[in-house]
Amino acid sequence: MRKGKKQLLQDEDNRELTQKNTIKRRALLRAMIGIPVLGAFAFEIFKKTTFDKQKRDRIIQELGLENINNTKGIKSPSATKGDLIRIGIIGFGNRAVAHVNGLGFMEPADVEAFKERGIFGDWLAQDNLNIALTGICDVFDLHAEKGLEIARNGIRTTGATPNLPVKRYRHYQEMLDDKDIDAIMIATPDHHHAEITIAAAKAGKHVYCEKSVALSEAEICDVYDTVKSSGIVFQLGHQITQSIVFQQAKEIIDKGILGKITLIETTTNRNSADGAWIRHLDKNGKLKPGDEKTIDWDQWIGTTPKVPFSIDRYYNWQKWFAYDSGVIGQLFTHEYDAVNQLLRIGIPKSVVASGGIYFWKDNREIPDSLHVVFEYPNHDLTLLYSANLECSKNRGRVFMGHDASMVLGNSIEVTVDEESTRYKKQIKEGLLSASEPMISLNSNSGKVDAISGATSKYYTARGLTTTTIDGHQVDTTYLHIKEWLDCIRNGGVTSANIERAFEEGITCVMATKSYLEKRRVEWDPISKKII
Amino acid sequence: MKEKNSYTPLQMTILVLLRFLIGWHLLYEGVSKFLTPNWTSMGFLKESKWILSGFSIWIISNKSVLNMVDFLNIWGLIAIGLGLILGLFTRLAAISGALLLLVYYVINPPLIGLEYSVPIEGNYLIVSKTLIEAVALFALALFPTSSIVGLDVFVTSFKNRRNK
Repeated sequence: MRKGKKQLLQDEDNRELTQKNTIKRRALLRAMIGIPVLGAFAFEIFKKTTFDKQKRDRIIQELGLENINNTKGIKSPSATKGDLIRIGIIGFGNRAVAHVNGLGFMEPADVEAFKERGIFGDWLAQDNLNIALTGICDVFDLHAEKGLEIARNGIRTTGATPNLPVKRYRHYQEMLDDKDIDAIMIATPDHHHAEITIAAAKAGKHVYCEKSVALSEAEICDVYDTVKSSGIVFQLGHQITQSIVFQQAKEIIDKGILGKITLIETTTNRNSADGAWIRHLDKNGKLKPGDEKTIDWDQWIGTTPKVPFSIDRYYNWQKWFAYDSGVIGQLFTHEYDAVNQLLRIGIPKSVVASGGIYFWKDNREIPDSLHVVFEYPNHDLTLLYSANLECSKNRGRVFMGHDASMVLGNSIEVTVDEESTRYKKQIKEGLLSASEPMISLNSNSGKVDAISGATSKYYTARGLTTTTIDGHQVDTTYLHIKEWLDCIRNGGVTSANIERAFEEGITCVMATKSYLEKRRVEWDPISKKII
Repeated sequence: MKEKNSYTPLQMTILVLLRFLIGWHLLYEGVSKFLTPNWTSMGFLKESKWILSGFSIWIISNKSVLNMVDFLNIWGLIAIGLGLILGLFTRLAAISGALLLLVYYVINPPLIGLEYSVPIEGNYLIVSKTLIEAVALFALALFPTSSIVGLDVFVTSFKNRRNK
């Protein structure tokens, strides 16, 4: 019995110990409860990434777009080797400032602005183009002096060629006669483009010319013939196609992802005085500088009808048909170039334009609302252009195909068509849906991401001024200039060459003619004449 | 950290659940950024409208600073998420998580008159989910659970042993 009592006590001790152990074990389990949660998290991540990848891979595979993200490799910039090219700039306004940035120069005042936009470091890292800026020509003293100052200051891209002496020319012909200039960049008002390009080609200088190339059919033909026979390298200022998204858009179109395209809608949507070319006042509403003493008015007028000096005409020349063709020359040219580079549509068979001056009722001649229909029966295609300078709602640039449509801006969004023939099976299977884009590509990696839920929404509708190559923001104007210089040194054909410039020039003249003459204008491909 | 469990089982369960949920969310925000090629906070910072907009611009304009901010964002979120789920260094994780969320909030707060170019899901007036999550994390820091349910049990016992 005694033994039994001892036994009992021991049993109790054991029970207590077991109980303690159980409590300890429970505490231990409680301490580690996060581990299975983490396990579940890892499993869900694995499931999600696998699902996303499989879906993406299947779409990409079915569309044949395996290499679309490698497009960046094609035009990746490399150091430009070869002889030094000495460049002269004719017309040193705002656009020329963008040109010199591309060439590797900068105005001190722009450094801060570039830093604010977060692209100063990328600008500094631009490859050395091995060029010298040795000539500036402008009819306005102030602009010419600004050009000289930029050419002389020390703000240059890393490793750039040291500055050479720079000279001011009073007349473009003096610059063209100078054997110390190899190539010129034209950024004057449009009514000088053809005349200067022709003179430069005759003088054997390579030409980078801003759009529009010319304002009349006769001028375009003259420019075309002279440039063709001279053998110079010509580049029209349409840097837009240098963007990675354009090269990706080309692959999408070439692979037939959209199916048959019968309609392309292009638009201009602006709503500001500056956007409507009212630019003679500064920020404080005061007249910008310039008078007959500092501006060579006769030279500015050139071959256009003589008019007395006008600060309005000097700064706002886009408002008159004598100097430009308004929305057609300034804005449609970019739209046309984008479409022509992608689809090689060339000159339309017919053009109908209609519009008027409905909002900016000043002394302008050019319409502020203009809508043009270009017909391409040989491509089964209509190109629409609709410009509005009194409402900035973005209407995008849309390629409408039977199987899918593509919105192309600073990014690409391709959405399948619900009634598509090609993707019928995939739509039925749920792999593709018209409710979300099947391809979404972005030129800037500056994706919006906030923990508050704006995740994975993309920035769009930013100006197409830079493109992202290997994580760096690269100026498309720089790439376009580089392509021109590469062709000067190594031969080859520029993307905005004289053939494209001719097609664009004729197309624009047809649109302007149709608006002014209020009739349908046609192109005769045999006689190569507008009728 | 609180030693004795003075919560009822239901209180404890809800507090731990809240800790898991916020931990899961922050961990996934970190992991998804890590998995996104070329992810950068640049777009988010570019939108900055309020008192930190100058600071945000300074970050963007400095490539190396931006890279560092991106790195800290990704790994900070992952570390905070792991801390909350595992219950390890939980008070530190909760407080730093709350501060990080407050920074996100202050960079782009939904105040009257501030407009953002990016659509936001939901409708917010001053109070956004980010702000609520930040305050919830402060609450978790004040009502600790990890010394009972979490790896902080070992941290606490290690500290106690050393103190003895």
